[in-house]
Amino acid sequence: MTSQAEPAPTPVNAPLPVARGRQMASAAGRLLLPILLALIVGAMILLILGKDPLAYYGYVVERGLFRWTGLQATLTRAAPLLLIAAGLIIAFKAGIWNLGVDGQFLLGAVLIAAVSPMLIATLPYWIAILACFAIAFAVGMVWSVVPAFLKAVYGVNEIITTLMMSFLGVSLANVLIKIPFNDPSTTVPQTVTLPVEDRLPRLFDTTVHSGIIIALIVIVLVHLMMTRTSLGLKLQVVGSNPRAAVHAGLDVVKLTFVTFALSAGLAGLAGSVEILGVWGNVRADWNPAYGMLVIPIVFLARFNGLAVIGLILFFAVLMIGGESAARRVGVPQFYVLVLVALLLIFMALVELLGQRWRQRTKA
Amino acid sequence: MTEQFLTALLLGAVVAGVPLLLAGLGEQISEKAGVLNIGIEGMMLCGAYGGFVAAYYTESYWLGFLAGGLSGMAVALLMAILCVYLAMNQIVIGIGLTLGAEGLTALLHHFQFSRTYPRLGETPTLPIPILSELPVVGRVLFDHHPVVYLTVILMFALIWVFKRTSVGLNLQAAGDKPAALDAAGVSVRLTRACAVLTTGFLAGIGGAYMANVGAGIFVPFMIHGGGFIAIVLAMLARGKPIWVGFGALLFGLSLALTTALQVAGLNIPTDVVQMLPFGMVIVVLIIFARHSYLPPSLGLPYLRGQR
Repeated sequence: MTSQAEPAPTPVNAPLPVARGRQMASAAGRLLLPILLALIVGAMILLILGKDPLAYYGYVVERGLFRWTGLQATLTRAAPLLLIAAGLIIAFKAGIWNLGVDGQFLLGAVLIAAVSPMLIATLPYWIAILACFAIAFAVGMVWSVVPAFLKAVYGVNEIITTLMMSFLGVSLANVLIKIPFNDPSTTVPQTVTLPVEDRLPRLFDTTVHSGIIIALIVIVLVHLMMTRTSLGLKLQVVGSNPRAAVHAGLDVVKLTFVTFALSAGLAGLAGSVEILGVWGNVRADWNPAYGMLVIPIVFLARFNGLAVIGLILFFAVLMIGGESAARRVGVPQFYVLVLVALLLIFMALVELLGQRWRQRTKA
Repeated sequence: MTEQFLTALLLGAVVAGVPLLLAGLGEQISEKAGVLNIGIEGMMLCGAYGGFVAAYYTESYWLGFLAGGLSGMAVALLMAILCVYLAMNQIVIGIGLTLGAEGLTALLHHFQFSRTYPRLGETPTLPIPILSELPVVGRVLFDHHPVVYLTVILMFALIWVFKRTSVGLNLQAAGDKPAALDAAGVSVRLTRACAVLTTGFLAGIGGAYMANVGAGIFVPFMIHGGGFIAIVLAMLARGKPIWVGFGALLFGLSLALTTALQVAGLNIPTDVVQMLPFGMVIVVLIIFARHSYLPPSLGLPYLRGQR
């Protein structure tokens, strides 16, 4: 228990002879039980507020999952969330708390909104798109240089520096939208709109853009990198025991920079995917704050890339369904935030009860 | 720069600084005890909502502050259970509680007031005789709601508590060497839990001040990063309450500058001014990076027998 990054109560070494099936069942239980409990307590809150929880949940699931347009919206929403989650997995496993995702995301989005119309107009389509991705990735990276430097060289706590850079980034993004990148032909401050036909190609005949494919590939790659490659192993060693990493001869300074670069770069990339795929421009004061929402999700999935996919999809359903429920059923979408908090609380309780139970059965 | 403008600016700085001071002092207490309280933003928000609703219905500012403090404490209680007793990760729970508080207060506000934003009346103040008659300084420093004076007194009291009392020593030990505190027969968990609850109470009062005195109104998400600034204040103050005070004043000033420049009609986007405080922190961190200090056990749950 020497590092901040280690999720404290997770049992580190499961006993070997336990059957794999039982292990997976217990993992699934540890994930599903908190979700179930959170939904139940959430339902009680809705009841107290005078809303019918069953009607609400039914509506959310129907709109977010079972209606064709809703399902498409859900998949579209999942793309940036998955990319952010991929970046966070790298950072968290390496013991670095990158809490500045929102700034990195927004700056990536704004820069791409500004340059993509020009690039796509001048370069061949695919080269322009790839250039956009590269630029967005670089923007995120640049925005993490100061925290990375302070952490790597002076050991300054990155929680504070990334948060501050995030607030700075959100304000800077607004300044950029209002002054240099403002589209003079509109009355609201916003960037020039990318024509619909120039955005990311749609999948088949749906409204889902190809960003979701990119996001899925990236998160699987990140999962493989963290579990199967030497870089992933090195990052995990740095994360779980920095002192041991130094003794093992790992270049911790360099690995810290790499972690920040990948994590923040993916957040920037998420911003570009959201702009190129969905919005086509950025309006002033737009800040979806995806980053803060994804942090607890990644934690709930216990930093496992594959489990994250399922949870992100679950949350995308909640968000999309919740947004239309806000209009129809009259439950504001803030409710989703309450569910996240409830989920974390119940996850802690389930974890604790599990531990108690294991101890008792062992004794 | 007219006297009027200066008075308005400095007064704004004090009004914006007081909630930061309250929350910053609270954060300092729990950081000393080894708990990094990222949920302080949520505690302030619940304090703002609870404080506003209580003051709105009872028409008493004192009950408003009390309710605000207790609302903040309620969130802190969750934090204490999850992070101190169940040893969950402090950062994730902090973020989770902040998200939950944002959602819950916005939800409650929606169901209670729908889309209206009722206002409280003029804040009662307690002008200190003679001193409040002074030009500029009088109105800026000596004509406030009593909670402001209490906050300043609290700051000086904390200097004494941290340095001279066994409570202060216990707090320090809980953050620096929890095992030693445990060996001395003092419960680390109880010490930390009490510290977190105190933090929640102070942050809640800070939030209530923001809603009831600063704005006179509750708006969802209204703390707007104030809790995170409080964390920074506490970290930069290196355990010294007086530095939280200076920092809060400085942040208050740059927040007040945002409004003042708007009123003065200067053609700078507010976003540029809003960058000031956060940019300032980054600059300070770069300059004083080598000297930043945090208790060694900050952020780590204490489990007896481990480590």
